[in-house]
Amino acid sequence: MEHKKVHEPLLRMAKRGEMLPPWKAWGIRVIAFLLSLIVSGLVIIAVSGLNPAAVFATMARGAVGTNKSMWVTIRDAMTLLCIAVGLAPAFKMRFWNIGAEGQILVGAIASAACMIYLNKLPTFLLLLIMALTSLIAGGIWGLFPGLFKARWNTNETLFTLMMNYLAIRLTAFFVAKWENPFGSNSVGIINPNTHAGWLPNMLSKGWNGDYAWNVVIVLAVTVAMYLYMNKSKQGFEISVIGDSVNTARYAGIRVNRAYVRTIIISGAICGLAGFVAVSGASHSISTSTAGGRGFTAIIVAWLAQFNSVVMVIFSFLLVFLQKGAQAIASSYNLSKDVSEIITGIILFFLLGSEFFVNYTVHFRGKKVAK
Amino acid sequence: MKKFLALILALVMVLCLAACGGNTNETPAPSNEGGEETSAPVKIGVVLVGDENEGYTYAHIEGIRKAAAACGLTDENIVWNYNIPENEECYDKCIECVDQGCTLVITNSYSHQSYTQQAASENPDVEFVAMTGDTAMKSGLPNFHNAFNLTFESRYVSGIVAGMKLKEMMDAGLVTDPYIGYVGAFPYAEVVSGYTGFFLGIRSIVPEAHMDVQYTNSWFDIQEEGKAAEALMARGCCIIGQHADSTGAPKAVQTAKDNGTPVYSVGYNIDMLAAAPTAALTSSTNDWSVFYTYLFKAFLAGEPIATDWAEGYESGAVGITALGPEVAEGTAEAVAEAEAAIKAGTLHVFDTSTFTVGGETVTSAFTFDSDGDWVNDTNEGIVDGYYHESEYISAPSFGLRIDGITELN
Repeated sequence: MEHKKVHEPLLRMAKRGEMLPPWKAWGIRVIAFLLSLIVSGLVIIAVSGLNPAAVFATMARGAVGTNKSMWVTIRDAMTLLCIAVGLAPAFKMRFWNIGAEGQILVGAIASAACMIYLNKLPTFLLLLIMALTSLIAGGIWGLFPGLFKARWNTNETLFTLMMNYLAIRLTAFFVAKWENPFGSNSVGIINPNTHAGWLPNMLSKGWNGDYAWNVVIVLAVTVAMYLYMNKSKQGFEISVIGDSVNTARYAGIRVNRAYVRTIIISGAICGLAGFVAVSGASHSISTSTAGGRGFTAIIVAWLAQFNSVVMVIFSFLLVFLQKGAQAIASSYNLSKDVSEIITGIILFFLLGSEFFVNYTVHFRGKKVAK
Repeated sequence: MKKFLALILALVMVLCLAACGGNTNETPAPSNEGGEETSAPVKIGVVLVGDENEGYTYAHIEGIRKAAAACGLTDENIVWNYNIPENEECYDKCIECVDQGCTLVITNSYSHQSYTQQAASENPDVEFVAMTGDTAMKSGLPNFHNAFNLTFESRYVSGIVAGMKLKEMMDAGLVTDPYIGYVGAFPYAEVVSGYTGFFLGIRSIVPEAHMDVQYTNSWFDIQEEGKAAEALMARGCCIIGQHADSTGAPKAVQTAKDNGTPVYSVGYNIDMLAAAPTAALTSSTNDWSVFYTYLFKAFLAGEPIATDWAEGYESGAVGITALGPEVAEGTAEAVAEAEAAIKAGTLHVFDTSTFTVGGETVTSAFTFDSDGDWVNDTNEGIVDGYYHESEYISAPSFGLRIDGITELN
């Protein structure tokens, strides 16, 4: 072996000095996605002996194969997107809002309560009240951790997490209160005949044959959030605080006020996601109304690096994977774990690709090209 | 540039999705596929809350497979959907089944019902069956059906097995207090009907027996069911019955028995001898293939399907599993006698002369109160001296809390 004065490791990782051009960054991500398909294809062969191409085709068919399944995928992607958009400002300022689950649930409770108690109101008014109460409920659920963080510098991760459990118990209480039929421990579909408080149908005949309103509402919120984060003063404050709290203080930004304001906005949008989930999809409420989406949305927000427009892609990708995974399990009589392994592999590669976007790897002996 | 690219990608993705959806609109794939298979044009959609790893759903899968084989249906005719939660996904799957050409859709969990009914109301040409549900009659939808086995009959018979053992233990001086424990899932009619049937079976052998019920508020929770059984045994119960789906209770009973306490377990759904080799006496079970065979036959022949289907011993839809090694002498004979009497219609499980409520004999009871307004939705329940369980609607409706049974939580 050649003797060297300075020992150089075989692999050396360094943070990229400058951002990669977008086409390169996206190239890396696409390559990672293709690699993940190859690896999961190998896993499918190893585990089940099935033809991976057929499995992926089944996946696609399950997610978007019929008119209904396509709309369901769009609907669920929109709900996930709404939550991710809500989380973005909080995460961008390094306020770890793990409490989306709870904020969704209280928003959902507010919506369901309006549907049950105000079902005589005209549709538009009722929907407006539902949306507003959900926003307020979610905002309040965010307010407490925000206030405590601003006032006493409590740990928001733990606080928001604990608020989730409170919200789940609260939901269980209301489910027991509103159960129908009596004694069934489930609320069932609310207003099944009058459809009061259901987001109406926009395109085709029949109730909720499509979910176009969900798309309109959530995309409006997404665009608004994009403008807020990128064009407004408050959005700028958020990014400064996220980079350095001390810099923000030095620049005269009132950090505590920004904390409280941002987490209220974050919670309120997650509450609105609860409204979309209840009024636009389930027409019911249960402790699984949030269904872990408050956590999945964190992945969406991070993958998109808090860019609310990019989140559209990742929301679709995640919901597509989820629906596709379910179709695989049913079509090939596999345990649902196999399809979750596939989803896991794809996510692993996508998250891993961010490493190669942000870092370069140097091999020993090679000249570092600039 | 980056933002622009992101936008483009987003648009491409959305367009891709739209394109995929558009294609399926243009070519009605299901009917084409059906056309190729001239021998099997029918499609049946099955929406299940679990998969074969979960006992309750496994029993349904077995029932459907058996019935399908009996009716000459193959997997080509059945669209399976596993692990569908009790929320809008159930509705989504029902509609997807219809999209794929299914003209009969079955959902197997109680809380699927509301979503199934919604799908039924929007698709009047497709038959929907919500297993174990209770709103078909009230809904007035001709294409929406409920079905339930008369499980209380087999619970009564399993109660006789437990009663025989209890009597033997008392005669041998092992036990002085005829104290029974019961691990129940939820405090509503299906469970109440079940434990009352079980208790009345025991009391037909040991009239002074009394029972405590501990709820777990879950259909399947091995740990909670085990803990509930332990709590009941700590109170002095010597037989533990259950209406919850796991092996938690029988396992806890076996452990206590191995440690020297004289206790026995009566299970549900499956033979518990694997979980409790010496402590298990028997389990009451359902054979769903009886209903599914009826359903598929009627469906294939184009005959009307009953709004509410409920059958028990007479057609073999319910039964008990093999007796455990330590059952009392004469148990098999007592079981055979009770089964014969139930089949012949001479023994009614909820005979009002065998129980009281608040010290009084009951003469009137609701059959079904769907909305909790204390107004009977259907007919009078007690006629000819017994409660007509599952006669008007298939789901169990016996909700009286009779003397001798205490609900602990």
